[in-house]
Amino acid sequence: MKVFIPDALRSYTEQRPCVEADGATLDELLMDLDQRYPGIRFRMINEQEEMRPHVAFFVRGEKTRDLRESLAGSTEVVIMQALSGG
Amino acid sequence: MSEPGVELASGQTLIVATRKGVFFLNCSPDRREWELSEPGFLGHVCHHVVLDPRDARTMLAAAVTGHLGPTIFRSDDAGRSWVEARRPPAFDKAKPGETPRVVDHTFWLSPGHPDEPGVWYAGSSPQALWMSEDAGANWTSVSGFNDHPDYELLTEDPQAGTPDGPVLHSILIDPRDARHMYFGLSGGGVYETLDKGDTWQYLNNGMATTIAEPAGDGVREAQPSSIEWEPFGDQHDPHCVQMHPLHPDVLYQQNHCGIYRLQRPADTWERIGDNMPKEIGDIGFVVGLHPRDPETCWVFPMDGTDVWPRTSPGGRPAVYATRDAGRTWQRQDQGLPERGWFTVKRQAMSVDGGEPAGVYFGTTSGEVWGSIDEGAHWQCLAQHLPEIYAVEHATFA
Repeated sequence: MKVFIPDALRSYTEQRPCVEADGATLDELLMDLDQRYPGIRFRMINEQEEMRPHVAFFVRGEKTRDLRESLAGSTEVVIMQALSGG
Repeated sequence: MSEPGVELASGQTLIVATRKGVFFLNCSPDRREWELSEPGFLGHVCHHVVLDPRDARTMLAAAVTGHLGPTIFRSDDAGRSWVEARRPPAFDKAKPGETPRVVDHTFWLSPGHPDEPGVWYAGSSPQALWMSEDAGANWTSVSGFNDHPDYELLTEDPQAGTPDGPVLHSILIDPRDARHMYFGLSGGGVYETLDKGDTWQYLNNGMATTIAEPAGDGVREAQPSSIEWEPFGDQHDPHCVQMHPLHPDVLYQQNHCGIYRLQRPADTWERIGDNMPKEIGDIGFVVGLHPRDPETCWVFPMDGTDVWPRTSPGGRPAVYATRDAGRTWQRQDQGLPERGWFTVKRQAMSVDGGEPAGVYFGTTSGEVWGSIDEGAHWQCLAQHLPEIYAVEHATFA
């Protein structure tokens, strides 16, 4: 399915804003994304398997904080992030 | 991943790590002309960027942004291209009942022993020690410290530490023995290992503690600690520890509570900052060592009174140097601004190997200052940079 990549992570995807990845759950999709673009997952998910602050995932148009979120019926996942800091 | 496409460092360079990226300040062979590169990793918080002196080409950069997790980049071509670590420093997933730990950022990078090419060490916040055996591609936890049964007593609570988080820093490897190392915890104290990190000894005898109240004359004073093993690590706060490159038994330390020197095998620090002018005191973040003379070092005193402004005492910036192991100190401010209100952070002073030695420091207000006559005269080498976290003199192949 399509995965939309925010600006700050496009250095991993050769600047492509939209890439392909697969998985039955959001967690599986991010694992697959990391296989294709090594290192990208850890920038979003910490070692305790928690989403980092200021990174948001949208499935079926709804924001989710649950890595177990099913992707059944989804055609795309949108990753967004706040530009925190100053 | 290719980042950041900066103009390449070459020859003698100052690697300037800042809150918003890394810059190279390349100098002419006579050290009189300096050229600033374009920024690399622009927008990344770069706590430390270090050249490996063993090959004079490999660099590691500790980077994080305000919204993405921490990582380490490696360049094998002196900055032309960068590759991200396959496994950056990261704690194991917590087991039930354990406190989950998350690396906020890598703060310190140290190349390993000359006989161990490819070995690097890193210190992080929260305080932990990491090792790579493949030039920064994969990082593993140094379990002898990170999983010590007293870890939570010896280290500072990430929620209660300094504003940028408690850090493990000043990872020093004895050039005579790869198994002999030191590091500092801010706060927490100085530790030493003789077995490459399996076990650690507390090395804080003689150091004042941070729990004492400031004296009434504005100069911070505290009582030396005689505690051999003090299970309240954050009483001590070494800001920067340096090992002399030619005399590795000589250690200098700029501590939260003063300036210290230790000549091994002794294990009691001597407070050489007591000999600083009383109106200046001996509080600061940095200490830089002479490349050859073990009795010469430089410090940048700061105001540690009241709420700790951490700016120069009286707003009059000056380096202080000793040539006799701290028995006397000389003020060095020729060329520095008469008034200034910046801080020099703990990684932001570096000394080259020239004759005479060059001394360099970076400020929180984004200026790099240098002296090619061991501090007698200063000139501004760069300005209008982001807040400077670290300055490293490097000689590229």
